[in-house]
Amino acid sequence: MSALNLLLGIVVLTGAVAALSLRNLVHCAFASIGAFLGLAGLYLHMGAEFVGLVQILVYVGAVGILFVFAILLTRGGGVEERPLFSTSWLCGVGVAGALALVLLSGLFKGADPSDPAASRPSPTLKQVGQRLMVEDVLALEIMALLLTVASIGAIVIAMPEPSRKEEDPT
Amino acid sequence: MTELQFHLSLSALLFCVGLAGVLIRRNVILALVGIEFMLNAANLNFLAYWRYGSRTVSMDGMMFVVFSIAVAAAEVAVGLALVIALYRRLRTARLDEMQSLKGCTERTDDERS
Repeated sequence: MSALNLLLGIVVLTGAVAALSLRNLVHCAFASIGAFLGLAGLYLHMGAEFVGLVQILVYVGAVGILFVFAILLTRGGGVEERPLFSTSWLCGVGVAGALALVLLSGLFKGADPSDPAASRPSPTLKQVGQRLMVEDVLALEIMALLLTVASIGAIVIAMPEPSRKEEDPT
Repeated sequence: MTELQFHLSLSALLFCVGLAGVLIRRNVILALVGIEFMLNAANLNFLAYWRYGSRTVSMDGMMFVVFSIAVAAAEVAVGLALVIALYRRLRTARLDEMQSLKGCTERTDDERS
């Protein structure tokens, strides 16, 4: 466990905790972008260069900016004065803490399946492309279809409904 | 602590932070951020076993993560579109004020404050 890994892990966890506990929603979005960047650093350090770059491109570039846009479109940019957490927050924290205890105890109790001797050369971009375009090409095409359907669906869902303009929900 | 255990425990903690966020935050966008953290924790697990597991061959773990990131991107696009549609209809982005399915006939902002 190197110092860089530890540092990146601390960045990820503090980013995640800050993203879910800060009062200003824009700060939350930027903290989550920081956590995603930390994860991309971990992936790069693990030797998965392609996944690290995809993480930066998709999460930092697209998902983070989408969160910022959604926060601004729902006028959540200011500081929230009303209570941040639901009334049963103790219950939620308890469930999450119990799950963490179970996972960590299971993790450190069993035999460690890792193989320290194994050193894997990180796959080159050419190998990744070969894999995606030759062996997994059907999955890749289905994924392209899914992304098209999802983006069209997102536009349709978010489009204003013209017939309902006269009845104000409030 | 081996590298594998470090990555797996980091992923477990990240998952639990995301779960706590989904359960306790009142803002619906931050609940989506929590879901993203849980998905990222799963991706970290895939990569940790791919890199440090004892019986890994080829790059299956990496491919899983690439496809999982694509599914997560589609999910977040649809999720945020739903948030915006709900905001347009109910004028709120808070989960505790979305009570149409709860049997309440009126909105109860004023009762609470």
